[in-house]
Amino acid sequence: MYRYTDFDAAFVRQRVAQFRAQVARRIDGSLTEDEFKPLRLMNGLYLQLHAYMLRVAIPYGTLTPAQMRQLAMIAERWDKGYGHFTTRQNVQFNWPKLQDVPDMLDALADVGMHAIQTSGNTIRNVTADHFAGAAADEIEDPRPVAELLRQWSTDHPEFQFLPRKFKIAVTGSPNDRAVTKAHDIGLRMVRDPAGAPGFEVIVGGGLGRTPMIGQVIRGFLPKADLLPYIEAIVAVYNLLGRRDNKYKARIKITVHETGLDKLRALVEAEFATRRALFDGVDQDWLAGIEAQFAPPALATKPLAPFDAAYRGDPVFRSWVNTNVDEHRAAGHAIVSISLKAHGATPGDATAAQMRVMADLAEAYGHDELRISHEQNVILPHVAKADLPAVHAQLKAAGLATANIGLISDIIACPGMDYCALATARSIPVAQDIATRFAALKLEHDIGPLKIKISGCINACGHHHVGHIGILGLDRAGVETYQITLGGDGTEDAVIGARTGPGFAYDQIVPAIERLVFAYLDLRATPDESFLDAYKRRGLAPFKAALYDIEARDAA
Amino acid sequence: MPKPFTPKVVTANALLEGEVVYLTADDTWSPRLGDAELIDDEAHAQIRLLDAEMRADEVVGVYLADAAVSVQGPRPVHFRETFRATGPSNYRHGKQEEITAK
Ligand code: SF4
Repeated sequence: MYRYTDFDAAFVRQRVAQFRAQVARRIDGSLTEDEFKPLRLMNGLYLQLHAYMLRVAIPYGTLTPAQMRQLAMIAERWDKGYGHFTTRQNVQFNWPKLQDVPDMLDALADVGMHAIQTSGNTIRNVTADHFAGAAADEIEDPRPVAELLRQWSTDHPEFQFLPRKFKIAVTGSPNDRAVTKAHDIGLRMVRDPAGAPGFEVIVGGGLGRTPMIGQVIRGFLPKADLLPYIEAIVAVYNLLGRRDNKYKARIKITVHETGLDKLRALVEAEFATRRALFDGVDQDWLAGIEAQFAPPALATKPLAPFDAAYRGDPVFRSWVNTNVDEHRAAGHAIVSISLKAHGATPGDATAAQMRVMADLAEAYGHDELRISHEQNVILPHVAKADLPAVHAQLKAAGLATANIGLISDIIACPGMDYCALATARSIPVAQDIATRFAALKLEHDIGPLKIKISGCINACGHHHVGHIGILGLDRAGVETYQITLGGDGTEDAVIGARTGPGFAYDQIVPAIERLVFAYLDLRATPDESFLDAYKRRGLAPFKAALYDIEARDAA
Repeated sequence: MPKPFTPKVVTANALLEGEVVYLTADDTWSPRLGDAELIDDEAHAQIRLLDAEMRADEVVGVYLADAAVSVQGPRPVHFRETFRATGPSNYRHGKQEEITAK
């Protein structure tokens, strides 16, 4: 784990002190809201529907137990006792009071955290595969590179006023768990013919109003060239990106309007210039960061307790089957803790739950926690022998829901329950779908199915890449939900196809139910997933299931 | 014929707490929509909006929201204003706390 240097610590403290003075000047009236707003946004403070919201970065989704406990403390002391984990590996506090925010930021600085560049037209929190450093399929841990990017992008003078926000995601594995193709820049670690690791660089992906899958701008970039190359892309975008229309300002539109080949030529030319200015300090620095991410020493433990529990306890077995993944080291496992108990708000954890997760990471998980973009928490390094104890403690804290990757493991953005930009609610839709399918007891029979819900066209809930995507809209003053099908956020990324007219709030859960029952009828074998069945049969039978009933009812 | 004017209320968020508030006829900020001054004249609405915008040390994001008449005072027209007036649907937080406490 990266530890702040004296420079980092002083830098973050200084920003808090500056913000403290800015808040005081806003409250005493010497700053107007117009003057203050950009300052608060630079420090992650938004004004939402019912209150302020503080968005805190969790760089590459990695937390220590001490940091998790501090989030719990902040939630209890200055908020309403919980935090909301987001699809961008951030945590949001929904109820801070303006005058308390500088203290909250100081408390974050105490554990090496901040809210810098969680807003604004800057390079945002760099996200990474939540299985980084543990995944069986990984080439290298992508987090040192993500940390290097975090340091390079923080307060980068050239990139504080980009045409629009800029999101980078990194994965070290061929199986993409970081949705790299839906980011402004996606980095996928690959090897060159000689076996040296480097990156496939993907550019121009993004969801929102104009969803686009990123395209490969460089098939292989040596690791050592990463910073100058990324800098070249952002510099070219900074000049070319449109500032006349905020809906056309993201790099995906620049790629689209300029053409990939022309953009590539511009980037390569810029890269040649910038590369020459890098004297290797970044590589020394990276080596230092890499040393801090040395993998934990994993002791071999006897598997007998695990085997016995797996045979004897069906609840444990079901949890292992859905929530536990293969670790690169034999005898170990990656545990996904679901923040999606049926009927709960996706991504929310209470302070008490945060502490339980911190304790477990300390006792059984080599002091590591991860936040996934799917709004769950990961213990990346757990000995299989310890899984029964981990499961028992999670169960006692209401954290042992065995539903990772299943229909109730829904991504949902805050929607109109919190977000000022929302056009409809998303949280209650997610709650109702999860509760409905829990009642039907079909979840495990249905198998892998990703539902993703956004409360507006901005698509924070990644609905375009959901196997079933749900987009909440305001149609003539009525909450209306549009469905997309067949989206995929993996290395085979696909934008889902719209089914047709939307559904009213009280019709969306029955509509999803019809879709799922149609799938159960259509699938070739019980092993054929929803997405595979959709790919084989196409939109038509699902559309019929969705709308024929409507037509019949109307007749 | 010009479109009939939809009555308005002046609403904002409190500067310190961020809570949704409404301007009352006697120039205070109330957390309850029912207490708001219902304005049915366009010119008066603009004046009240200007009045409210002057109070930048009390509130943020002042605007005019459509409202309708009811026996409990103004009520929301659009669902967004309903949620602003009643708080989030997933927890008894914010205005939900006040509503359940009553
Ligand atoms: S998708 Fe829209 S409603 Fe949901 S969090 Fe993003 S901006 Fe808000």
